[in-house]
Amino acid sequence: MSAYNSLTYNASLCIGCGECMMACAKAKTGSADDLSQSRIKIVVAEEGKYEAALCRQCGDAKCVMNCPSGALTKNQANGLIDWNADTCVNCLLCTVGCVYGGITFEASVGHVAKCDTCGGDPACVKVCKSGALGYVTTAAIYNDYGKEEDLFAPGLAACQGCNSELMIRHVLRKVGKNVVVAAPPGCIPGMGTVGYNGKAGAKVPIFHPLLTNTASMLAGLKRTYERQGREVTALALAGDGGASDVGFQSLSGAAERGERILFICFDNEGYMNTGMQASSATSFGSWTSTTPVGDKLQGKRTDAKNMPMVMMMHNAAYVATASSVYMEDFYEKLDKALEASKKGFAYLHLYAPCPSGWRFPAGLTIDICRLMVESNFVTLWDYEPDRGLVFTHPTDKPKPLESYLKAIGKYRHLAQEQVDRIKKLLEDRLAMLKRFAR
Amino acid sequence: MQDCTYLIVGSSHAGLTALDAIRMIDPEAPLIMATREDHLPYSPTVLPYVVSGRSIPKKVALRDEDYFKRQNVAFLRNAELKSLDVAASTARFEGGANVRYEKLLLATGAQPSIPPIPGLKDAFFHVLRTMDDALNLKSAMGSAKSALVLGAGLIGTHAAENMAEAGVKVTIVEAKGQVLPGYFDKDASALIETAFRKHGIALEFGRSVKEIKQGRAVLEDGAELPFDLLLIATGVRPQLSFLDGTGVKTANGIMVDEMQRTSAANVWAAGDCAEARMFQAQGTGVAGILPIAVEQGRIAGQAMVGDHGVKAFPGSVLLNTYSFFGQQAISVGIGEVADGETCLRIDEAAGTYLKIVLKDGKLMGVASVNNPIDPGILWQLILRRTDLSEVKDRFLADPKAVGRMLMSRLWR
Repeated sequence: MSAYNSLTYNASLCIGCGECMMACAKAKTGSADDLSQSRIKIVVAEEGKYEAALCRQCGDAKCVMNCPSGALTKNQANGLIDWNADTCVNCLLCTVGCVYGGITFEASVGHVAKCDTCGGDPACVKVCKSGALGYVTTAAIYNDYGKEEDLFAPGLAACQGCNSELMIRHVLRKVGKNVVVAAPPGCIPGMGTVGYNGKAGAKVPIFHPLLTNTASMLAGLKRTYERQGREVTALALAGDGGASDVGFQSLSGAAERGERILFICFDNEGYMNTGMQASSATSFGSWTSTTPVGDKLQGKRTDAKNMPMVMMMHNAAYVATASSVYMEDFYEKLDKALEASKKGFAYLHLYAPCPSGWRFPAGLTIDICRLMVESNFVTLWDYEPDRGLVFTHPTDKPKPLESYLKAIGKYRHLAQEQVDRIKKLLEDRLAMLKRFAR
Repeated sequence: MQDCTYLIVGSSHAGLTALDAIRMIDPEAPLIMATREDHLPYSPTVLPYVVSGRSIPKKVALRDEDYFKRQNVAFLRNAELKSLDVAASTARFEGGANVRYEKLLLATGAQPSIPPIPGLKDAFFHVLRTMDDALNLKSAMGSAKSALVLGAGLIGTHAAENMAEAGVKVTIVEAKGQVLPGYFDKDASALIETAFRKHGIALEFGRSVKEIKQGRAVLEDGAELPFDLLLIATGVRPQLSFLDGTGVKTANGIMVDEMQRTSAANVWAAGDCAEARMFQAQGTGVAGILPIAVEQGRIAGQAMVGDHGVKAFPGSVLLNTYSFFGQQAISVGIGEVADGETCLRIDEAAGTYLKIVLKDGKLMGVASVNNPIDPGILWQLILRRTDLSEVKDRFLADPKAVGRMLMSRLWR
């Protein structure tokens, strides 16, 4: 089984310019004159609104089931529904099976025609200026890493909808078995990664340092391995408390010394496993159990410490921010971080919205992750000393900040002036980051 | 005695779709697919194209040997079902093989129905339902100068076209007044008939054969039609003698409920042998069309394997596609309805036809000749009883574009 790339259409963005149909007709017939030759059909829904019909390359395609001559087949390698001109008998039963108008009889060529995604490089997507058409290749990640062993035990006891559990499993699939993992107090050991009752929660060496000494213990282990002549990845999976508060001294020291370790911070903006207390990473205005909402206090009174910027100022070998909605970007950064950790200190900051502590439905974790980035509440970038900072996700057309804040219970009480303060802070931080970009 | 969890009798669309639905959930349990054929699975629908030479028999197999190996399926050829013991859950096949099943799907299809015309059973005639029939007809067609086809349904008209294109002088005799009765009305059929006459095919409507004599047919009015080759294409019906004594309820086909269950425990039926509810009419019927066989096979397979995603059969909507002499005709739903509203556009010169039937703002049926439509979308609009009142005028003007718009909005 493979996962496949897919063509996507977002009707709300389509401006009905017809460029995609012209590009398709041109790609399929050599001429853009006859739009009926396009395999993607944009239709007018009402004034200024459009819809589309095109082949979905279905997993259980009715066109294939209905084909009496074996001319239509699901290609297991690339996921496309292949049409074979030699064996097609023009019976049109495929067009009865397809409920999407994805395979249609084209009178001018005398047979049925359907989208073949131009062999994985769709011409329509390339000319779509509105962004309505997309070609999603993220599934390649599943093909690349799905076969790698999950190095955490099944049944970790993270909360429902936990983004951190998802991401630590991804991290270790990529890092592999040649690793020693430090998991300081926090949600990650709390969900059972270091084990319970003498049973390990990970299939690789993992230990439980103090909150204060994670980076220094890990640096010591790494040096010991090096002295033995062994190249082992030294990896910390810490929370924002273990990075920006209690563990900050040892982390800062290790970065300053250029210890060859990879420190990953899962930022859920607080001490979530001990009862949702605020940390220095908790954002302004957030409700937490130590920054309550009442007569005197309206959530947290101070701004969040921006740890990735702080780590960048240590001149670490590699610093990056990442989110679980942009997995290709995340894996690229993880690759770079692993490589950098062979020469110096690498720091990866993962945004990890927490359904339990932030008060949003567990099923919305990924949507919140996406909104967080799309509203510029956080920005995705990476940094190397001799290259400077590069944004890896555009920041120029953010969604309204309110759409993000309103989706999360811990901001429910916010007054307009609090929202304005957050807006100003985000704008200032973005402007500051832009000055580091080369 | 062989034992298996699933026994599927029949290896065309209904059986194969059921097999895939079962293997989606249960890749392991012993499964036997039995067919009376000596061939790999194929579709009866492709046979006219085998006759014409458009399709090569070797290339029309819907599955290859490797497929059965990969799916862990025992594929039994030359195994015609002879009898069932539904109490003991056993099936006996031609040649004496016995299979004990836990769950059985009957997807045995249909066989040509031969009219009781005096002299016919002593005459040599062709039918077109199996690969061997097609190969026989193809070779006989080569040496025949004239052919008589009884029946102007899909098989009769397809075969007549094939023979005419091969240079045979063809006459079709049809008791009803038009070609493809049941799918197209007289106006649409007239366009199709024009193409047939243009290609030298004689159409004898409203006439029937009284007697078959050596090399000629005697019509009821005494007229005689000579032939070198006789093709009987007066319809098909399920051959269900294997159910004798089982008590399994049948009418024209094997009676099934909305999950394709028969009246016997652990026995399902799907495709051309099954009689299920109709969507646009009271009562039940044997739909006898490929897309319905696929729908039913999938439901039966899902029900047999306990797939929670199974959805009840909504009822058969009559639909078909028909290609003739490079032209296309499509019909979906019903062409006439009491208190309905009909929009008809015929261009005889261009040979195009489009009929849309609505009732209470909902689509009842569409028929078209050389007027491309999306039958799959229209079928869904009928099944969903989508209210078209608000877009009626636009829909009647351009059913293709508006159908696509509705699809994209309603079930994208």
